[in-house]
Amino acid sequence: MFTDFDFSVIFSNLPYLFFDGMRFTLMLTALATVGGVVLGTLIALMRLSGIPGVSHFAAGYTNLMRSLPFVLVIFWFYFLLPYVGQWVIGASRPIAVGAFMSALVTFTLFEAAYFSEIMRAGIQSIPRGQVSAGYALGLRYWQVMSYVILPQAFRNMLQVLLTQTIILFQDTSLVYVLSITDFLGAASKIAQRDGRLVEMYLFAAVVYFAISFALSQIVRQLQARTAIVR
Amino acid sequence: MNYNWNWGIFFEASPEGTGTYLGMLLSGLRWTIVTALCAWVIALVFGSLVGVMRTLPSRSANWFASVYVEFFRNIPLIVQLFLWYFVLPELLPRAAGLWLKQLPNAAFWTAFIGIGFYMSARVAEQVRSGIGALPRGQAMAGKALGLTTAQTYRYVLLPMAFRIILPPLTSEFLNTIKNTSVALTIGLLELTARARSMQEFSFQVFEAFTAATLLYLLVNAVVVTGMRFLERKVAVPGYVAMK
Repeated sequence: MFTDFDFSVIFSNLPYLFFDGMRFTLMLTALATVGGVVLGTLIALMRLSGIPGVSHFAAGYTNLMRSLPFVLVIFWFYFLLPYVGQWVIGASRPIAVGAFMSALVTFTLFEAAYFSEIMRAGIQSIPRGQVSAGYALGLRYWQVMSYVILPQAFRNMLQVLLTQTIILFQDTSLVYVLSITDFLGAASKIAQRDGRLVEMYLFAAVVYFAISFALSQIVRQLQARTAIVR
Repeated sequence: MNYNWNWGIFFEASPEGTGTYLGMLLSGLRWTIVTALCAWVIALVFGSLVGVMRTLPSRSANWFASVYVEFFRNIPLIVQLFLWYFVLPELLPRAAGLWLKQLPNAAFWTAFIGIGFYMSARVAEQVRSGIGALPRGQAMAGKALGLTTAQTYRYVLLPMAFRIILPPLTSEFLNTIKNTSVALTIGLLELTARARSMQEFSFQVFEAFTAATLLYLLVNAVVVTGMRFLERKVAVPGYVAMK
């Protein structure tokens, strides 16, 4: 079955696939996760704040992002960011935003909506009495949140947050639509240059599978170790 | 902001010569809906089968079902679509591969089968957790009544399990609709692809994307309303907590 195929194309291009492609994918995953969790936590706090305009804005943002296809959102930001950049720095014409910057902003803002739902569930899993206890001790809002509520919320939601990170890792392959050289983009460029579609796409599938599967097993182990016995 | 807004663009003729830009977007919407519905049928059928297999006492059925779920869950959708579209025809015997490549609407067939199987792994997990949420006594009671395993699932477990997982299934269906946009990479002319080509033809990028966004929100609203209605309709009084 595989007689016509030449799998050596994979080995001769390994440096390009991993140093150019996979590095972009992993960088994007890591930075977007950190940014997404921070921003998502803030959005969750806004949503739970009960301040009329603020919590409505947070809820609206989360629901909007979650009801749109990611591909459409990627296109939105890709075309919108140059204008936003122009507005921010007061330039006279839309500024050029690099591919990595554009992808990073898009992923951070988009995934923040998903992370905020996870953090909201995490914060709500902490009994309200703990907030009251914090205030009774004389702590202020930010102190209650950062010393009492959020550490426990993170711990309760650790597994879900990491699972979402694995989904984010898989989602980074969608930057393909912007012709960016992430791991899939690198594989696809070689595939088209050398006419080796079968070999390259199979290899890409194997690599994505191996990484996602290994990470999900680690998450499962971690969950068993960090679970709080109640 | 030096961007020339032109909301009248939707009623101007598109360069395809068959209608307006609005008509172009609506034809994209139709492909999105048709693809999502076909994919959802596959996802439901295979998802239910595999989900049930994961709860069966048989070791081998269990093993097969876990491999199935892990396979479809750990490869990004876009890569799976490429596998179906570019790789599968090459691995088949020559004649079959050629036939596949020359199918009319090949992008559509690939998209709905690929998205269908991708979503089926998620549906399977939901079905499994739905069956797992039922008290163990229900399966035992079925057995005590002399039902076969198949009858227990058909008459006792599945009717309740599906009612329990109706809300998560709604969001999986919404995900199916959203995921059809990934199929633009293999050339399916669905809504996002149409918005993109409208942008390329007319340069009115934000009008095109705004219209696509509103259409997606509309579809979402229709699905959510419909599923709420279905949930109320099939609810068993006193079993599932009702508001």
